[in-house]
Amino acid sequence: MPAVQETVERVRSIDVDQYKYGFVTDIESEKAPKGLSEDTVRYISAKKNEPEWMLEWRLDAYRRWLTMEEPTWARVSYPKIDFQDYYYYSQPKSTPGPQSLDDIDPEILATYEKLGIPLREREILLGIQNPTSRVAVDAVFDSVSVATTFKAELAKAGVIFCSISEAIREHPDLVRQYLGSVVPVSDNFYATLNTAVFSDGSFVYIPKGVRCPMELSTYFRINERNTGQFERTLIIADEGAYVSYLEGCTAPQRDENQLHAAVVELVALKDAEIKYSTVQNWYPGDKDGKGGIYNFVTKRGDCRGDNSKISWTQVETGSAITWKYPSCILRGDGSQGEFYSIAISNGYQQVDSGTKMIHLGKNTSSRIISKGIAAGRSENTYRGQVTAHRRATNARNFTNCDSLLIGDRCGAHTVPYIEAKNSSAVFEHEATTSKISEDQMFYCLQRGLTQEEAVALIVNGFVKDVLQQLPMEFAVEAQKLISVSLEGSVG
Amino acid sequence: MNVQPQPIRTAAEQALLALLERRLAGPAVDGPLAGRIGELRRAAHAAFAANGLPHRRVEEWKYTDLRGFLREAAPAATALGISDGASAPSAVAFPGARRILFVDGQLSPAGSDLADLEPGLTVVPLAQAMAVGRGTVEKFGTLAPQRYDGVLALNTAFFGDGLVIQIADGAKIERPLHVAHLVTHDHPVATYTRRLVEVGEGAAFTLVESFEGRSGVPYQVNDALELFVGDTGHMDYVRLQDDSETALHLSTVMVDIGRDAKFHAFGLTTGAIASRVSLYGRFSGTHSHAGIRGVTLLKDRQHADVTLLLDHAVAHCESRELFKTVLFDETRGVFQGKIVVRPDAQKTDGRMMSQALLIGETAEMDNKPELEIFADDVQCGHGATAGALDEDLLFYLKARGLPAKEAEALLIQAFVGEALEFVEEEGLREALIARAERWLNARTG
Repeated sequence: MPAVQETVERVRSIDVDQYKYGFVTDIESEKAPKGLSEDTVRYISAKKNEPEWMLEWRLDAYRRWLTMEEPTWARVSYPKIDFQDYYYYSQPKSTPGPQSLDDIDPEILATYEKLGIPLREREILLGIQNPTSRVAVDAVFDSVSVATTFKAELAKAGVIFCSISEAIREHPDLVRQYLGSVVPVSDNFYATLNTAVFSDGSFVYIPKGVRCPMELSTYFRINERNTGQFERTLIIADEGAYVSYLEGCTAPQRDENQLHAAVVELVALKDAEIKYSTVQNWYPGDKDGKGGIYNFVTKRGDCRGDNSKISWTQVETGSAITWKYPSCILRGDGSQGEFYSIAISNGYQQVDSGTKMIHLGKNTSSRIISKGIAAGRSENTYRGQVTAHRRATNARNFTNCDSLLIGDRCGAHTVPYIEAKNSSAVFEHEATTSKISEDQMFYCLQRGLTQEEAVALIVNGFVKDVLQQLPMEFAVEAQKLISVSLEGSVG
Repeated sequence: MNVQPQPIRTAAEQALLALLERRLAGPAVDGPLAGRIGELRRAAHAAFAANGLPHRRVEEWKYTDLRGFLREAAPAATALGISDGASAPSAVAFPGARRILFVDGQLSPAGSDLADLEPGLTVVPLAQAMAVGRGTVEKFGTLAPQRYDGVLALNTAFFGDGLVIQIADGAKIERPLHVAHLVTHDHPVATYTRRLVEVGEGAAFTLVESFEGRSGVPYQVNDALELFVGDTGHMDYVRLQDDSETALHLSTVMVDIGRDAKFHAFGLTTGAIASRVSLYGRFSGTHSHAGIRGVTLLKDRQHADVTLLLDHAVAHCESRELFKTVLFDETRGVFQGKIVVRPDAQKTDGRMMSQALLIGETAEMDNKPELEIFADDVQCGHGATAGALDEDLLFYLKARGLPAKEAEALLIQAFVGEALEFVEEEGLREALIARAERWLNARTG
């Protein structure tokens, strides 16, 4: 069992400092004035050189946001957020937008290298033996995208992969057609806020019949103090296209709570497939629950065409508070939605996450596999909704959500809503909660494993279903994260 | 800008408030417990005035909007309706059970068998129990949930007649006691009934309840039941809700389970245009077992909601829930079940299952099975399924010569039979199975 031994060693090696991405990059940045007002929205829009329609769209969202109330239904508690106490825009002074790698501030390059995200294409090729598994990266630092790799090669295939700010300028028709079409302006409190102040994010368009030649990836980094990061991602897979997209996030260790409210919209047309994977590792706060990221995210995919497929995979280990429900609207006949999730909470983390599968078309199917692991004093909630509408004949869903509790001061909760409005719908839901059984532990200990090794082995077995869904590059990363989060759980 | 938004009240809510104010101004109960009951009523009135009827925005009532179902506030029935004549409905009787009859919300001495009660069994009308301050009445209202429950608040504010049933420590009452509820009025009335049952230490008791009424009359039933099962006690609770196809049925069942005790509940629901049963269960002693099961059969445009909250407050308890719903035509079934395991409730073993058969093309089933777990050494699981009859099984039966209708009826019977077989008392089990079969044959035959 070399893998397990390796995992355990990794846990030991980071014994004192749990969160290894907590360093701060010392870089001067240019920020919008603190607080939120129409002027802030205008400031951001002007910084981005946006067309008039975009500014109008943002202002409309801002005005609607003023009339909305913060949602309180999730099982998370935190002091009231003072939205005037954040900076809504921050860009490194030296690198105000994506440009050639030679012009990027070496500090930023070093930051990404330290995070294990090489931005130089040559290095990427050196790092991985098999050239077919190269990954194109869009690196977002605070509010701006600082670099996008492999753009030229992707362009050859007709794939557009750039920052959303660039897409608004370069591909306004595509953006206008699809932006806000999956998550409407006033969808919810945080999505509306995002619409008003979103700063950067990625834009992907895969043309008809194209299988994207490499994995696409965005790496988000919050660096600046007291900033909110509001990224916006829009991915469109045209008829018969395929794309696999990865997302990673980290932030420095700070005592204040930072705000992250993203919106991700996916559109899959006829026969298209989008695979969206996330490894979320925002700073979770210290061992006393101080600091950490507030992660309020709206992610939704629209299977707009027949036989389209959207698959969400997430490994959630970071953030002080997670409020996130990646969903699928199964509109096209025969479309498929998938949700694979591992949510690990430790310390004082609070996770309220799950999915929605809305079956609208005929012969649609969905599958939900969710594994929650709660340790320390954390709260881990699965909240999901599966609905088959009147016309969604032969809708199928299978849901399995399991929770594992490590320690007696944490909580695991399951809140599924299962609504079948059609007699031909077949829905199955099962959920269990348990602790690592003494029998399993005893069996492992008998065979000479130490207690930590045994826990790592059992937990890895528990989350295997989800890890298998991750692209290879991420599976390794995720495995590391799992060991990190469980550190200190035994005994 | 300190103006508080004024809640918008529906016409029914305003009418109910007016009726409540008249009720509170009317004659109060006399006796040693009058003060306490008066306090409960005033608190319930204030809570209702502030919150009104539960509606879609209230999480526990997400699928059952009472503002929609309760559009007219029917006056509380005070006099008896028509209890004789050819058109008068009659209440079901279970063979071997002692029956106590409530007609239009009032105890009917003529229809009740209160003679020669078994030793250890005490049955006293609620008003009388309050007047003499019998011990159990002090427990009145103590099982109410922390959160506002509009239906229970209305019951507490309005309730007129009811019963206090006590089983002495160690008494094993073999004969089931049947409390039958019948509404006979030919115009819309509301009944508010309440019972309190205390099963003593080591005692055993079977309580059966039935709800029926006059066909074609949109009457409203609001019933509440408080059960206390003492240490090492054993209680079986069976209910049949067969109210008329135009009635609104609202029930609240609250139960507290002591140490080493057993509590079994079973409900068969076939009646009412809209119904809701809220069951609040709490384990207050270790090593106890609760088994809660139900079968709901719906046709036409019926709406039936079963909502369950089971609180594992202490360690080493076991609970099993199984709910089966069969939905014909344009019906809607709702199951909301929540198991709460508190931080000290180690070694809890909980299993909850809700299964629905969607027969009608536009039938709808909404399942919300929740787990809320704060202890790590527990085994908890829930499951929920919804689907049509298995085509392969139907084909198998038809290939063996069964007509389609019969094959369908057989499969549905097998489906609900899994829950019905948990009714412990044989006579009752047979009677309920026969009722369910009659209902299914009338529907599928």
